Amino acid sequence: MQKSQTIFDEMNGEAGSVRYPYQDYQKWLETEDPARLRRKSAASEAFFRRTGITFNVYGREEAAERLIPFDIIPRVISAREWSRLERGIEQRVRAINAFLHDIYHRQEIIRAGRIPKELIANNDAFLPQMIGVSPPGNVYTHIVGTDLVRTGEDQFYVLEDNARTPSGVSYMLENRETMLHMFPELFAQVRVRRVSDYPKNLRRSLGDCAPPVCDGKPVIAVLTPGIHNSAYFEHSFLADQMGAELVEGHDLRVVDGRIAMRTTRGYDPIDVLYRRVDDDFLDPLTFNPQSQLGVAGIMDVYRAGGITIANAPGTGIADDKAIYSYIPEIVEFYTGEKAMLQNVPTWRCAEPDALAYVLENLHELVVKEVHGSGGYGMLVGPAASKREISAFRTKLKAKPGNYIAQPTLALSTVPILTKKGLAPRHVDLRPFVLVSPRNVEITPGGLTRVALKAGSLVVNSSQGGGTKDTWVLEE
Amino acid sequence: MLGKTAGGLFWMFRYLERSENTARLLDAGFRIALTRSTAAENEWASVVATAGVTQAYTEKYDQYVARNVIDFLLRDKSNSSSVMSVIEGARNNARLVRTALTREVWEATNECYITLKDLLSHPISERDLPETLNTIRQQSALVRGALHGTMLRNDIFDFARLGTFLERADNTARILDVKYYVLLPSASFVGSSLDNVQWESILRSVSAQRAYRWLNPGDINPMGIAEFLILDRRLPRSLVFCYAKIVDNLGYLEEDYGLRLDCHDMAIPILNRLKESTINSIFDEGLHEFITAFIRDNMALGSQVQQDYRFIG
Repeated sequence: MQKSQTIFDEMNGEAGSVRYPYQDYQKWLETEDPARLRRKSAASEAFFRRTGITFNVYGREEAAERLIPFDIIPRVISAREWSRLERGIEQRVRAINAFLHDIYHRQEIIRAGRIPKELIANNDAFLPQMIGVSPPGNVYTHIVGTDLVRTGEDQFYVLEDNARTPSGVSYMLENRETMLHMFPELFAQVRVRRVSDYPKNLRRSLGDCAPPVCDGKPVIAVLTPGIHNSAYFEHSFLADQMGAELVEGHDLRVVDGRIAMRTTRGYDPIDVLYRRVDDDFLDPLTFNPQSQLGVAGIMDVYRAGGITIANAPGTGIADDKAIYSYIPEIVEFYTGEKAMLQNVPTWRCAEPDALAYVLENLHELVVKEVHGSGGYGMLVGPAASKREISAFRTKLKAKPGNYIAQPTLALSTVPILTKKGLAPRHVDLRPFVLVSPRNVEITPGGLTRVALKAGSLVVNSSQGGGTKDTWVLEE
Repeated sequence: MLGKTAGGLFWMFRYLERSENTARLLDAGFRIALTRSTAAENEWASVVATAGVTQAYTEKYDQYVARNVIDFLLRDKSNSSSVMSVIEGARNNARLVRTALTREVWEATNECYITLKDLLSHPISERDLPETLNTIRQQSALVRGALHGTMLRNDIFDFARLGTFLERADNTARILDVKYYVLLPSASFVGSSLDNVQWESILRSVSAQRAYRWLNPGDINPMGIAEFLILDRRLPRSLVFCYAKIVDNLGYLEEDYGLRLDCHDMAIPILNRLKESTINSIFDEGLHEFITAFIRDNMALGSQVQQDYRFIG
């Protein structure tokens, strides 16, 4: 597929040259015995399994816990490339927070006619319960995971903004730990920026957002749906690394206008709740009444300023796929600057002209559900059979407003270690962003996801993707 | 500490202790069954009874034969006390309390699970049983070693130890409960070799046959065995030893939290009764009655600890 487009490989440039960010790594690689590399690769899997870095796959009885395959060839980003990305991400994240504040208050952007009113009014991700609520420090998205893809030397695109509860940061940290453990000498030869401060920074950043009612050292807790959740490892990992309590809904209740956790000595109030539970399950009194995962009454406590919820409820309106196509306008509206990072061109199937084009060109487009995630419910046109395309056409015609379409991008590749040596595979990148009232902080690197099948563009771990350590080089 | 975390630690270590005890019980039962094939069925029945799963077993099987008992106690997921079930329970609780454990304790627990899951993925033949039981005990010992070597001596440790000793006391008491009739004076009157095998088996099921011989060279008698298992403060699986530890750990919690709770008032009289009893007074009162009362008190203390420290909401 994609014979017409040339694919950009991040390691191997034209005519057998090695691109400059990879030159030091290449020198090291040339001195390595391939058999030793393969042994290290096998050892890394044992390491992950023993430490229990697994994720659960829904709908499977046996082997419910799986490892995300880890590839030992790092993905390398130069200091210059990174600083450009960093500025672009910060701009975008600041604009998203300004947008969220506006959309839940005066809605200037709609009055100014920059985005259509219906986009908000008919959107399930918009929470009327948040209207007029100002979260502590006016931070809505305490943690963001901006998904980026690359198609050329200078072509980066934002694929998704992930402003709800982005996951994967524990893999970023453990991938680096694993590499340090297996190749300590490599890090003496190549100067790579640290990622290990993330938990400390997360704790400080969340603490800076504590509500005014907090006196003294902020008490932080991570709210998990429980040990059967697919990301439970990450929840416990982050709580452990931050020195925060890991709580479930049934550990919490409202006591004297605060959210308090049941301890062995009684109920202790929490200042900041880093919740890894979706909005819908947060409060059975306000949202889904069936939910066992949240805390009855937490929204009232929140609105009264008794607790900080990170990320704030209702941030989904900013990373909704229908809103996504308006982000360049949003950035301009709130920052007065042109967006530094590009969007992937997007057809909104709700618009008749766009729909006609999409129906005509399904075989070369990627079509996504507006509210979907994790690579489920999407069509990758070039990889789909005729029958799949025709089945999708029916779904699309029935509810065009449910879909957006994008061109199939020629995602960049980075080599992975296969049985037959190095071979290129498509990758994306999710850097992790922390937002506090004081600053926006981006950990150098992020999570590189890699499609392990040759030619495949689907990098999601739930669909057989793997991960790589991501290096940002020192200046 | 979260109440849930305290509960997770308590159950994690109860389950680990149970896996080890089940392995020992099977080991003792297997030896008798090997040497005395005619009485094997009775012996297996008492092993199942001691594990506290008679009802579940008889719902599934009609007869007590080695293959079924071994499978039921080691691998059967429908038996919530099988080794595989409790190891899975221990690991799930470890996952729940991951933030309270050192990396070493977590990894030992995880490895124990991975090893046993693999080991018990197929039925265990009688030939492979001793080796398998050995691995089970070793894996559980590795977790205990990591606990002792790396954990702070704080409330986390106290709850882990409370789970261990409440489970262990229950296990030793149930061995005595099921086998009390072989220890009664009327039986010893006969003094046959048959009784000797039974007595050895009781000692073996608490890994105390060597210890007993050191302390009582050349003399094995039922009253001595009962005294050893109930009242000897040197034996780490005796009732009095377990209760001394329970009272210690509850005492540390009382001191640490500055809170005296109902469980403290319950535990001390149980320990005092054990300390004040002699084996003669126990036999006068009736061994069976004594043990039955102990099991009841031990269970009640377990629920009181759970309530006092808010394991569940």
